[in-house]
Amino acid sequence: MAKILIPTPLRQYVDKKNAVEVGGSTIGELLTGLTTEYAELRRHLFNDEGKLRSFVNVYLNDEDIRYLSKDATPVKDGDTVSIVPSIAGGTRRGASDIK
Amino acid sequence: MAPATLNKDEILRYSRHLIMPEVGMEGQVKLKGAKVLMIGAGGLGAPLGLYLAAAGIGRIGMVDFDIVDFTNLQRQVIHGTKDVGKKKLDSAFESMQDINPYVQLDRFEVALTSENALDIIKDYDIVVDGTDNFPTRYLVNDACVILKKPNVYGSIFRFEGQATVFAYEGGPCYRCLYPEPPPPGLVPSCAEGGVLGILPGLIGLVQATETVKLILGIGEPLVGRLMLYDALSMRFRELKLRRNVDCPVCGDHPTIKELIDYHQFCGVPKEPETGVPVASGDIDPTEVKRMLDRGDKFVLVDVREPHEFQICRIPGSTLIPLGELPKRVNELNSADEIVAHCKSGMRSAKAVDFLKQAGFKKVRNMTGGILAWSDKVDPTVPKY
Repeated sequence: MAKILIPTPLRQYVDKKNAVEVGGSTIGELLTGLTTEYAELRRHLFNDEGKLRSFVNVYLNDEDIRYLSKDATPVKDGDTVSIVPSIAGGTRRGASDIK
Repeated sequence: MAPATLNKDEILRYSRHLIMPEVGMEGQVKLKGAKVLMIGAGGLGAPLGLYLAAAGIGRIGMVDFDIVDFTNLQRQVIHGTKDVGKKKLDSAFESMQDINPYVQLDRFEVALTSENALDIIKDYDIVVDGTDNFPTRYLVNDACVILKKPNVYGSIFRFEGQATVFAYEGGPCYRCLYPEPPPPGLVPSCAEGGVLGILPGLIGLVQATETVKLILGIGEPLVGRLMLYDALSMRFRELKLRRNVDCPVCGDHPTIKELIDYHQFCGVPKEPETGVPVASGDIDPTEVKRMLDRGDKFVLVDVREPHEFQICRIPGSTLIPLGELPKRVNELNSADEIVAHCKSGMRSAKAVDFLKQAGFKKVRNMTGGILAWSDKVDPTVPKY
């Protein structure tokens, strides 16, 4: 089992948990397991073609899986997987011309 | 330009810096000679402005065109209650001037755009990004890469923050981290999702710390590392961040060499000048009030969260938070007329879309949410 850390914006789709333990031997298997258990999470992580969305990064421990073997990156028991989506918050309305 | 010098008053003021060998007179003179541009004078900009001024940065530019309002005061400590209604730039200027009159402050009361960004940024050594939206994030990033200026990045959401330094001496940029922004509406903003008031203080000060370190040339800059902070578990973590050789801006063969249309890139339409077009599925709060007064048979569904329902509610509404709607859709009858509302109309629009896809035909979205209800129907309903 590996621990998947769920970021704040996505916790609403996993019963408000901050981490979920999932079995699997690769990142791909883990994420499939996670989104099978929590189906609503799927569209937030994957696009219509089933590829990881480009504003969601996945890390095995502290390494970005894009620089490992992506979905095929092997995962060991006790590894920590982080899902890190982009957040833009800062100054409300700040120096921008949109709300 | 001749190096800056410190007068007797400044030497006294910066005494606690000067007695540390890592800063010393040499470092303090570097700070005085430095030019830092802050994008945004809000949550992250507040601690940044105060501490950068106090630290003796010689010249600080600030880009912002917002007005201080009451909802800012929970976190934007550079502004006070007396400043509500003032321009944030002016309010921040007064606070910073009071802390340190030796700092030159440049105010840019504009929205940063593809047309003006390079012109504004080019005169500064370091850019500190504290904006709240994706088009400006990508704009600041690309401008900094093009002009080779380090971009000290910080971002916050609810109890979580991220910080790093982009575009520093060939290091990774924001696009290396996230090649594309999320589609509009998928990620809530702080205005929608809330933020712990203290959080921007901490993340803003990480940015201020990195800015001062870059100027002094000391320590290890937060380059190639993404710092994540979770206030609830009080944990800092660090993830590796690499420059993407295929990055369209900072990669080996960049394809973006000038600024683009960032609204288009982020799929965000520019804000309409006036008025909001009323879509066919929309209903105005005054019409909902008339329906209630007439005793029309319809279901008013409040799709906000339970803690928001506790703040204020429209009498007779039924609470089904947006996130629970898929599971609880069977509590609604598609034969009934349904009006959905939330705080401002964004979430209820999603609820209406969802219900329509689920086969509901008689479902409408109350425009402007409970905020508009407070404005147009019942001013005793508090706004939040």
